[in-house]
Amino acid sequence: MIRTLTARLVSSIMVVLGALVLVFVIVYLLPGDPVFTILDPATATPEMIAGMRAQLGVDRPLYEQFWDYAGGMLQGDFGKSLLNDEPVLPKIIAHFPATLALTVASSLTAAVIGIWLGVLSAIHRNRWLDVVVRIIGLFGISMPTFWSGILLILIFSVNLGWFPAMGSDGWQTLVLPALSLGLVGSGFIVRLVRNSMLEVINEPFIVTLRSKGISERLVMYRHALRNALIPALTMIGVLIGDLLAGTVVIETVFSRQGIGRIISDALMAKDLPVVQGVIFFSAIIYVLINLLVDMSYSIIDPRVRRLNARRQAS
Amino acid sequence: MSAKESVLAKAVWQETKPASPAVRNSRKRSVSDFLVYAAGAVLLFIVACALVPGWIAPYTPTEMLTDRIMQPPGGSHLFGTDYFGRDIFSVVVYGSRDSLLIGIASVAAGLLAGGAIGALAGYAGGIIDMVLMRLLEILMTIPGILLALAIAAALGPSLANIVIAVSLSAVPGYARVLRGQIMSIKGRPFIMAAHSIGTPGLSIFLRHVLPNSWAPLLVMGTIGLGTSILMGSGLSFLGLGVIKEVPDWGTLLSQGRGYLTVAWWMATFPGMAITLLVLSVNLIGDKLRDRLDPKHTRG
Repeated sequence: MIRTLTARLVSSIMVVLGALVLVFVIVYLLPGDPVFTILDPATATPEMIAGMRAQLGVDRPLYEQFWDYAGGMLQGDFGKSLLNDEPVLPKIIAHFPATLALTVASSLTAAVIGIWLGVLSAIHRNRWLDVVVRIIGLFGISMPTFWSGILLILIFSVNLGWFPAMGSDGWQTLVLPALSLGLVGSGFIVRLVRNSMLEVINEPFIVTLRSKGISERLVMYRHALRNALIPALTMIGVLIGDLLAGTVVIETVFSRQGIGRIISDALMAKDLPVVQGVIFFSAIIYVLINLLVDMSYSIIDPRVRRLNARRQAS
Repeated sequence: MSAKESVLAKAVWQETKPASPAVRNSRKRSVSDFLVYAAGAVLLFIVACALVPGWIAPYTPTEMLTDRIMQPPGGSHLFGTDYFGRDIFSVVVYGSRDSLLIGIASVAAGLLAGGAIGALAGYAGGIIDMVLMRLLEILMTIPGILLALAIAAALGPSLANIVIAVSLSAVPGYARVLRGQIMSIKGRPFIMAAHSIGTPGLSIFLRHVLPNSWAPLLVMGTIGLGTSILMGSGLSFLGLGVIKEVPDWGTLLSQGRGYLTVAWWMATFPGMAITLLVLSVNLIGDKLRDRLDPKHTRG
């Protein structure tokens, strides 16, 4: 267990370091002179521009810039915003709870709807309910979140007035964005749960359980579902990462103050340190989520746990 | 199949499996077939819109009917009109070209780049494989939409740059699939046989390995088309799209968003167009997967 964990941890750290380089390269490619994010090109004198260059450090050789950037990032110094001198990391941390809440809420929505419909679909395989559920699932993965979000606003905010259309305070503001993001995730989960349920249902142990006279309900929900959930779990892990990224769009639709909003604003304003910071921050979170999913895998599935134990013993 | 044979086949079928699933199966298959045909029809219509918009759109997309501003759908304006008095249906018809183009070009570029990387990694193996796979792993830590967003912003708003941004985030997926496929083909006896009679490596690769490995990539590409269209329109929605007289669907939707309370149709119909397009592509992609991938469990 410890050996596999260390290996995973080391490779995660390598990947994060790689992401650090990649982020630098992407941001370096951004066109336009960062100086003009601060200065007005119409009024700036050449001396002012040169002075600002020196102040920002963009006049130094690239490798020096990279060294400073990488060293700073790894020590938790993400630099300052070009627009208002605000330190980047505290800004991200201040806005992260809103994004985290949305990610968790939409993951839960996706898991609950996806697993429920997936089981329903598998139990009623090839009957009309199954067909309907599969069409719903397909709709889920085919709808752009910014459209489903707008439709939800139209129905539940503009017409019915049940939930607020914007903002990030209070649980009411979470409902619509979580639903519109969660629908996408549930589309993927429905398929996966349905397929793995169908596979599990054909296993001998299900036949045994049925022949023992256990109620179909118990067979399905206690025994089949538990086994079918294992592949779904990896999927949910991957999805959490995707949903986290999906908040970029959805936070814009619902005017939520999260890190997705920060990055789309920063991109428009060419505020490089903020862009760098948010991308690197989300890469770390992404890697962390994958690590956690891998670990939870062995906790939930005793077969993987035993396999690991055996590997270690030999 | 003659009537007698079909009766026989059914009898054999009933012996091995309970009767009801067989019957249900045939009914289900007809429903899914119907859906695939419907998807094909929708897709054909959208392609026609992209190719010959003038034949389908009742108005030119830039025509401003100043006496008919923000008309609700109905009458001579199927999708209503916008704040300039433009016919939204016509704008949507003309906008299909960019939306479709972004999707198709992104998948093509992603397949080419990802396919090349995957082929190289899988066929060369060893250190090349290791380095390429680690690089892709790094690329995968940055979520697709964030990567596309940053790249689209980095390169500036143009159709080609959106295509680059969208395709880059799909490259790792394509590369991994082709690599895996090639690695499994590489060790097969017929490849070893080709080696043993002295066929040059490149020729083995082109004539024996590649033709046996590309099918899953095709399926992935079809399914990836939906994702690419969604991501491309997402970038446009966030304002990274191309500013043009005739906007693509994502841009159109984001313009309509500001008028949600007064003119619901402005944002609703472009979004419906995106959904229909992606839905059709996904339905056809699913069917293709069923056909080409024997390992995929059939529902």
